[in-house]
Amino acid sequence: MKMNWKQITFLTAAFAVGVSEFAATADAADWGQYQVEDRRSGFTYMTDESRAMQVDNFQNPGMLWVEQGADLWSKVDGKAGKSCASCHGDDGTSMKGVTARYPVFDQELGKMQTVEHQINYCLEKRMEAKPYKWESGEMLSMTTFINNQSLGMPVNVKIDGPAAEAFEKGKAFYYERRGQLDLACKHCHEDNAGGIIRANTLSQGQINGFPTYRLKWQKVGSVHRRFRGCNSMVRAKPFAYGSDEYTNLELYSKWRGRGLPIEAPAVRN
Amino acid sequence: MAKNVKPRVRVPKKAAKGEVVEIKTLISHIMESGRRKGKDGKLIPRSIINKMEVTFNGKPLFTADWHPAISANPYMSFFAKVDQSGEFAFKWSDDDGSVYETTAKISVA
Repeated sequence: MKMNWKQITFLTAAFAVGVSEFAATADAADWGQYQVEDRRSGFTYMTDESRAMQVDNFQNPGMLWVEQGADLWSKVDGKAGKSCASCHGDDGTSMKGVTARYPVFDQELGKMQTVEHQINYCLEKRMEAKPYKWESGEMLSMTTFINNQSLGMPVNVKIDGPAAEAFEKGKAFYYERRGQLDLACKHCHEDNAGGIIRANTLSQGQINGFPTYRLKWQKVGSVHRRFRGCNSMVRAKPFAYGSDEYTNLELYSKWRGRGLPIEAPAVRN
Repeated sequence: MAKNVKPRVRVPKKAAKGEVVEIKTLISHIMESGRRKGKDGKLIPRSIINKMEVTFNGKPLFTADWHPAISANPYMSFFAKVDQSGEFAFKWSDDDGSVYETTAKISVA
């Protein structure tokens, strides 16, 4: 699918009234689908060159992980002699929409599940294989492949019912000061989105593009890696990959970007 | 030795005689510069693709020497004027002596 943000003309201006959750920005560009009300994808804070890199399927280096994920999808692993394709179909189309609604509360397990948790659940319980390490090449390939199936679909996470507790905890985390710099997520991403922190532009911290190919990382990375990076930069001790704290924060962050399109794999600097 | 190296190329299937076409290439590679230090404080040995060569019907078309400042997963695109049908052959040479190759055909009407 070829998307040109300049050509997509949504009437976002009509929605841009009302109380702003985010700091007001001077530029009134039309960001098309990359802006919903006052919620702006990280895409809108990038340079034209990086944006062009993301929307060109060929040039986007994150697509390398999508390809690797597609290979892994049908690779038999574990004692049960199954692959993902054994249950979920040969191509990944059954995964369409998954990341738009994840993380979800799993009744059976009684906890919140991210896409990564769910992959490892399937690997262990259904395929009887070794689970992937969170930030391993296999996991990133698989999550990039799965999330890419939902490309362009609006983020729509469930925050009521059994997910409400995680949502509230995630929200509390977002507004809680931490680290030696005594900063909360909100200080950068809510109060100062669009501003500059040292040499970097602050975005709203939307996570609709994950796993994201970050030019600085020179590879794709998970949301939890991003959270860990932020936490250590405010000189706090980061939580573990897949921890409850980050899973709750993932739910809350995702909700903050409700309606934004899934961009996996996004390109960010 | 670099792992998971996979070249991708995009060449138009058809072109008019004398047309200038864009050829896009992307190869997955860590492109370790040899300047970074690992957790143990020692230099991580350099491991990059140092040369990329493209031929058309066996004749040299495009050659590039790559150096450590090239980013991981290098993307390269260039333009070529095609006068006849034929095959582009792409070749990337790694520091460790490995060679990654792929080809793509174009038919000129």
